[in-house]
Amino acid sequence: MTKSAPNTPEIQLDPVELRKARIARNERIGRWLLPIIVIVLTIVGWDLFCVINEVPHYVIPRPGRVLEALIEDWSLLISSLGATLVITFSALTLAIVGGVGLAILFAQSKWVEMSFFPYAIMLQVTPIIVIAPLIFIYVDSKFAGLLICAWIVAFFPILSNTTLGLKSADHNLVDMMKLYGASRWQTLRFLRLPSALPYFLGGLKIAGGLSLIGAIVAEFVAGSGGAGSGLAFRILEASYRLNIPRMFAAILLISFTGILIFMAMSFLSWLFLHKWHESAIKREI
Amino acid sequence: MTTNTLLSLKQVGKTFSNGTVALQDMSLDVQEGSFVSLLGPSGCGKSTALKIIAGLGNLTTGNMTWPTATVDQLGRPDHEISFVFQEPTLMLWATVFDNVWLPLRLKGVKKKAARAAVEEALEMVGLQDFATSYPRELSGGMKMRVSIARALVTRPKLLLMDEPFAALDEITRSKLNDDLLRLWQKMNWTVIFVTHSVFESAYLSDRIVVMAARPGRVVADIAVDAPYPRGGAEFRSSPTYAEASNTASKALHAAMQSGDHL
Ligand SMILES: Nc1ncnc2c1ncn2[C@@H]1O[C@H](COP(=O)(O)OP(=O)(O)O)[C@@H](O)[C@H]1O
Ligand SMILES: [Mg+2]
Repeated sequence: MTKSAPNTPEIQLDPVELRKARIARNERIGRWLLPIIVIVLTIVGWDLFCVINEVPHYVIPRPGRVLEALIEDWSLLISSLGATLVITFSALTLAIVGGVGLAILFAQSKWVEMSFFPYAIMLQVTPIIVIAPLIFIYVDSKFAGLLICAWIVAFFPILSNTTLGLKSADHNLVDMMKLYGASRWQTLRFLRLPSALPYFLGGLKIAGGLSLIGAIVAEFVAGSGGAGSGLAFRILEASYRLNIPRMFAAILLISFTGILIFMAMSFLSWLFLHKWHESAIKREI
Repeated sequence: MTTNTLLSLKQVGKTFSNGTVALQDMSLDVQEGSFVSLLGPSGCGKSTALKIIAGLGNLTTGNMTWPTATVDQLGRPDHEISFVFQEPTLMLWATVFDNVWLPLRLKGVKKKAARAAVEEALEMVGLQDFATSYPRELSGGMKMRVSIARALVTRPKLLLMDEPFAALDEITRSKLNDDLLRLWQKMNWTVIFVTHSVFESAYLSDRIVVMAARPGRVVADIAVDAPYPRGGAEFRSSPTYAEASNTASKALHAAMQSGDHL
């Protein structure tokens, strides 16, 4: 096993390994190519459907029409997206602070956890859409109201995952910390937090998407009440005016944002874990 | 050869809250610088005994004393015990260096100040070139070596090992056995080595303490009178080794017959 440079012309491989190499190569290409093909086919199919059935553009616009709307209304839509993103990321930040903070608190005392975990679950299982109107009655600032709604949706996965992660530290390592006289803080810092990191990042992936959903839902509720400039409000507004292409354009923008957020969180997760965690390590065999 | 008693267990008993009597009337004096094996079937309380000695669990009855050591508030000798578990028990997110640094770090030693000690410990187990590796990049035997380096970086007086090589293949195991003996002689450790292998105990230790289960207790105390270094294959074919293995084996069988079968 000296120099087996990848561009050595002739490496002898058995048929099974050859097949594996072929499959791996195809998979690499397919990972990008297949989604693109499917999307193109979907768009073509959508267009054909509209043309063949002569669907009026105020019911289902043709893809080109949506693209036009996206370009025409770009500055309007992008500034609304900006407003939504501010809420989304503020909520996500607060969800991280609150979720991790509460998880650490729970890890310090079983009693606290037993007392308050049910509340966290209650917040999670009650649909935000039914709480939001109340929140907007009690909270004057619209920004604060939106933030609270998005936060409620996003913080639970971080809390529950981090709580589990803090508990899952290797018992022998816990014993070793004790043996060397580690303080509570040292055990947290050197053992429990790093052990919880993969769990936390898993929760973050979910919370990223949820904070966007929370922000949009809250905007819908708030938007019907008047002022506002988030993307959800643009959709409502467009629907009143039967500007269907703009609705489609806004929805498209939301979906892309969601995908981008998910990809960003996945990248973050890879960044922190690729050196040591099984989930982020490519298998050679 | 005058030796002091490092550790003395007097009729120690341990009952868990679920009613399991893990240890009963266990008495054991461990001499400074000796290599003692605790040999017994699984469930006979070997790990429990080791944890009590390490100060990681309380004893229910009896007492434990450290005649020669300065003792901290918890009643155990000041920072002089290290523990090696059956699994390497490494922090997967930290490099080999950081893993070995941990015991010193917990005492507030900065990375720079710890460097020399950590590198020396790594050198002793032959891993000086792997300081920046992560545990997942190492083989099972190498991970165990890191674990040993971490144990010896604090220069402990007493090294407790709980079936440390049980999960390794025969070749790696025998290599690590020899390395352990070499380090033990060099470092002036006292070692308490838990194992369920008769041959391992006879090869390593100058004293084999055989334990039986339900309740966990000492049933035999066998001296292995052979000088160190024992020199691998030669010692394994010597009459002393054969006799010690034989006696330990018999004691172990008797111990297992007196309790119920597994
Ligand atoms: N924390 C615990 N709670 C209850 N029972 C335990 C606990 N730890 C060990 N035991 C029991 O005590 C006995 C001795 O266990 P252990 O010391 O681990 O044995 P060994 O290491 O010799 O295999 C076993 O019957 C085991 O089930
Ligand atoms: Mg055990």
